[in-house]
Amino acid sequence: MHSFHDFLTMGGYAVYVWPAYAVALVVFVGSGWQSRRGLRRALSRAARRAREVSK
Amino acid sequence: MFTWLHKMGSPPVLYRFAERAAPWCKWAAFVLLAAGLVGGLVLSPPDYQQGDGFRIIYIHVPAAIMSLLVFGYMAVASATGLIWRLRMAHAVTAAAAPIGAAFTFLALVTGSLWGKPMWGTYWVWDARLTSELILLFIYLGYIAVVNAFPDQRTGDRAGAILALVGAVDIPIVHYSVQWWTTLHQGATLKLSGSSMATSMLWPLLTMMVAFLLYFCWLLSLRVRTEILHRERRATWVMRLAENGDS
Amino acid sequence: MLRELLRRELLIAWRRPGEAMTPVVFFLVTSMLFPLGLSPDASMLRPLAPGIIWVVAFLAGMLGLQRLFRADYEDGTLEQLLLSPRPLTLIILVKAMGHWLVTGLPVVIGGAVVAAMLFVPARYIVTVVIGLLLGTPVLTLLGTMVAALTVSLRQASVLGPVLILPLVTPVLIFGAHSTTLAMQGQSPVQAFEALAAMLILSASLLPAASAVALRISHEG
Repeated sequence: MHSFHDFLTMGGYAVYVWPAYAVALVVFVGSGWQSRRGLRRALSRAARRAREVSK
Repeated sequence: MFTWLHKMGSPPVLYRFAERAAPWCKWAAFVLLAAGLVGGLVLSPPDYQQGDGFRIIYIHVPAAIMSLLVFGYMAVASATGLIWRLRMAHAVTAAAAPIGAAFTFLALVTGSLWGKPMWGTYWVWDARLTSELILLFIYLGYIAVVNAFPDQRTGDRAGAILALVGAVDIPIVHYSVQWWTTLHQGATLKLSGSSMATSMLWPLLTMMVAFLLYFCWLLSLRVRTEILHRERRATWVMRLAENGDS
Repeated sequence: MLRELLRRELLIAWRRPGEAMTPVVFFLVTSMLFPLGLSPDASMLRPLAPGIIWVVAFLAGMLGLQRLFRADYEDGTLEQLLLSPRPLTLIILVKAMGHWLVTGLPVVIGGAVVAAMLFVPARYIVTVVIGLLLGTPVLTLLGTMVAALTVSLRQASVLGPVLILPLVTPVLIFGAHSTTLAMQGQSPVQAFEALAAMLILSASLLPAASAVALRISHEG
């Protein structure tokens, strides 16, 4: 259909298309990472509290 | 369904459900994202008018749809929380809000990048973008309200009212902005033809479902975080944490 | 009892004219900044006039909103209102009406003055007045709800506008453009209809929402 070169340049629109996908990647990866980290932190905080109570 | 709702009102039950649903949502989302990206970036042909520039819709449209869907979901959850006094409904709403705001932000940025080659400027006061911008402010307003109250329950319920009023307002905002842009002969970002070729359509549908599943995964993570924070004094939470969860 | 409540609201405003006058004075003074900041040229100000009037009218309207419940909250009157046998929704509607009469109505009248200042042709000034007459009550009603939500907060004065402004944009759009359309020779009726519809919707839903919000903030 089109070459790898066409894929990279997006028919001349590369400067718009690729940043758009890049922002999407950052938002997805960032939100995923931040949500996972929030859960991990909440779990470790809960574990700490449980240890203090059981003392 | 009503009994299911009541079961989900129990924090440990909701926690377990979110925990179990998470991997399914995550992997299904990844698979569909991959399929959608391949379909959208490689397999579908260039648009008649916009060439390869149209490919931004594979991010922009799903993000815009999710930004609205999430707010609708928040409104329903808010109403549920207020009517049946289910604090887990409020927990879900609070967990969903930042995700919805992120989708709105993404819709705005990609819309702006799409607008530049099409209309010549990075910002274009078209109906969809302007409505999305206002929606973003409503999301931020909700997050501010819920966090402004020292008492969690009051903050939740105040936010719920705001979410409900916002939900009624958003269609009105969209309609008014649309009216306003037609006054000034603007146009909404869209493709050349009103009907899309199948080869262009299926990646779009795939991406929409992929975004929805990704939202579900993020929600499953965030709602667990909310529950752990809100129910931190409960014994089941302590026991869960002691046993070292995943 | 409701008539007494309305009279009480108006009496309080009468006794503190400073508080009541602030929004309309702000409206007039701030509108004046535009010719000073932009240009004294009529051809430049005239097309911008409807937008300027509405934006500044809204900013002025938001000034007085904390007044709505704050004083009552602090002196305990709010508690009495919440315990009253009369439906809270109705009480709030009356309070909102009183508030609009004191802060909104002067802005409607002031709008005619500002329109003239900004070179809106005399025959279109009536569209400004009608638009503000329909739109400012919606702002008051939305503001009532936000004030009810934030009455117990200390940082409410900052949060309030942030919450209201996104919600009130349709009123701004239809209001400002009703006059713009008229000045372009088209009919403003569709815009007025939209404003009227929003007024009816707000008046029927928002007082009840405010009542719920007030109970929520008061319990917290």
